Amino acid sequence: MSAVPVRYPERWAAACVVLVLAAMFVHMLFTNEAFNWPFMWDNMFSDPVVRGVGVTLSATVLSMIIGILLGIVLAVMRLSGNPVLVTVAWLYTWFFRGVPRLVLAVLFGNLAILYATIQIGLPFDNYWMPLLGLEGEARFFEIDVRTALSGYMAGLLALALSEGAYMAEIIRAGLQSVDKGQTEAAQALGMNRGRILRRITLPQAMRVVIPPTGNETIAMLKDTALLAYVPVTIELFYQLQAIGTKTYQIFPMLVAACLWYLAITSVLMVGQYFIERRFNPEQRGARIRTVGGRH
Amino acid sequence: MSESDEAVVETTEGAELPSDALVVAENVHKSFGRLEVLKGIDLEVRRGEVMCVVGPSGSGKSTFLRCINHLEKLTAGRLWFDGELMGFHQKRGRLHELRDKEIAAQRRDIGMVFQRFNLFPHLTALGNVVEAPIQVNRVPRAQAVERGMQLLERVGLPDKADVHPEQLSGGQQQRVAIARALAMEPNLMLFDEPTSALDPELVGDVLDVMRDLARGGMTMVVVTHEMGFAREVGDSLVFMDDGMVVESGPPAEVLNDPQHERTQAFLSKVLF
Repeated sequence: MSAVPVRYPERWAAACVVLVLAAMFVHMLFTNEAFNWPFMWDNMFSDPVVRGVGVTLSATVLSMIIGILLGIVLAVMRLSGNPVLVTVAWLYTWFFRGVPRLVLAVLFGNLAILYATIQIGLPFDNYWMPLLGLEGEARFFEIDVRTALSGYMAGLLALALSEGAYMAEIIRAGLQSVDKGQTEAAQALGMNRGRILRRITLPQAMRVVIPPTGNETIAMLKDTALLAYVPVTIELFYQLQAIGTKTYQIFPMLVAACLWYLAITSVLMVGQYFIERRFNPEQRGARIRTVGGRH
Repeated sequence: MSESDEAVVETTEGAELPSDALVVAENVHKSFGRLEVLKGIDLEVRRGEVMCVVGPSGSGKSTFLRCINHLEKLTAGRLWFDGELMGFHQKRGRLHELRDKEIAAQRRDIGMVFQRFNLFPHLTALGNVVEAPIQVNRVPRAQAVERGMQLLERVGLPDKADVHPEQLSGGQQQRVAIARALAMEPNLMLFDEPTSALDPELVGDVLDVMRDLARGGMTMVVVTHEMGFAREVGDSLVFMDDGMVVESGPPAEVLNDPQHERTQAFLSKVLF
């Protein structure tokens, strides 16, 4: 057929406007002195910055691992049916989802005000030991909070505990998405609860859990910038800002921060795409799926 | 059969069971909240017997089936499988619920096939079949795979071993589900409307597998609407309505000459 296709002149007009705006933006990037590209380029790969990237990556990975494990425990507690466990899990989620991460980060950075040391022992020993006519304390060892909860540990803990609350909700949704018939079939085969969770329910929940977990990981990478306010001085954003303030070249270093985070999140998005494909049986073939994200 | 086989077995609970009874239900009640679904079921399934349970939907036949392997906890009454009280143990006249692991151990000898197959979608057909033998019975992988392939062959699906359930038809899925249950080498097979979710042209293959199983001497309790199957393969037929056993006996007798009004009313509505 040789029908004349429908024309969309308004789309062409819009495209032209956008193109002009884009051209103006690129022109500005090259002509505005404040960008100081050579300075940025010289400094964004300096040793402390590269070490900062390492800290950012390790904080992301560790806080996600702790967060996921914690999330599994909390989700199982939420679904356990025991009123105490359900309530504790709910309260935990309520607190850590309700307080901004920035506030948590600063709060954990100041925990040493609350406890100078953490001692591990039997609870309430100062009350019941005298009652039994015993002297002394039932404490086994102690940790000095100021050294143990140094900047990095405090920040990591804040991020991981906060992540646990979000992961708990994600994993709970995943577990609930698995058909009840799956559990029944496994029970009928003589599998016990723990084995059903490990072998049948969790693997199927993964399909629902993986995509939002990918998003959480990317969000976490960006949230490691909050560590700068704990403060964690070895962290990427802190280092870039430090160079900026020291040299009065604040803007180039902020652009460097953007570029670093963009580069790493882009790598993570590619990883997310392949992991999602791996865990989605229907997509295991060659079919392609767009990379989505809510952040 | 020798003298001793005929003798009654003294169970630990003190009840006397005929030695050839594999399942004994005694006054089994089950309520969901205030809704009483089973109102006192007394039944006996002998070793090697194929018992078909029929009745209108909501009559409690599936619930009774699920009581046998303790997927549903009885509200009252007793149920023995192979001389052992299911789901409870009796100590000083009181019933104590068994722990999860103990119940799991009891279920190992009872295979179950569900209306909606309930295959594990994250595993291949063979993976479904070998999962429980490897995980529960600690059978070495190679041995479980060999046995699993034999079972898939037996249900006519040796070429589907590496296929995931979503790529199988309903009939094929149900046959894999039967192989999965058989892999645990059960003494009893429970079928919960195994052909009700299937397209009509796929029902035959599944019934063939079940017929074959019955011929091999497997004890089976089959909740079904397939009256033809019940007549041909069943040793006994139980008609349930409103949570009670209304009538039971040899299938031909019950189907041809129903004694009870409710049985007559039900059978007149069923085409066979």
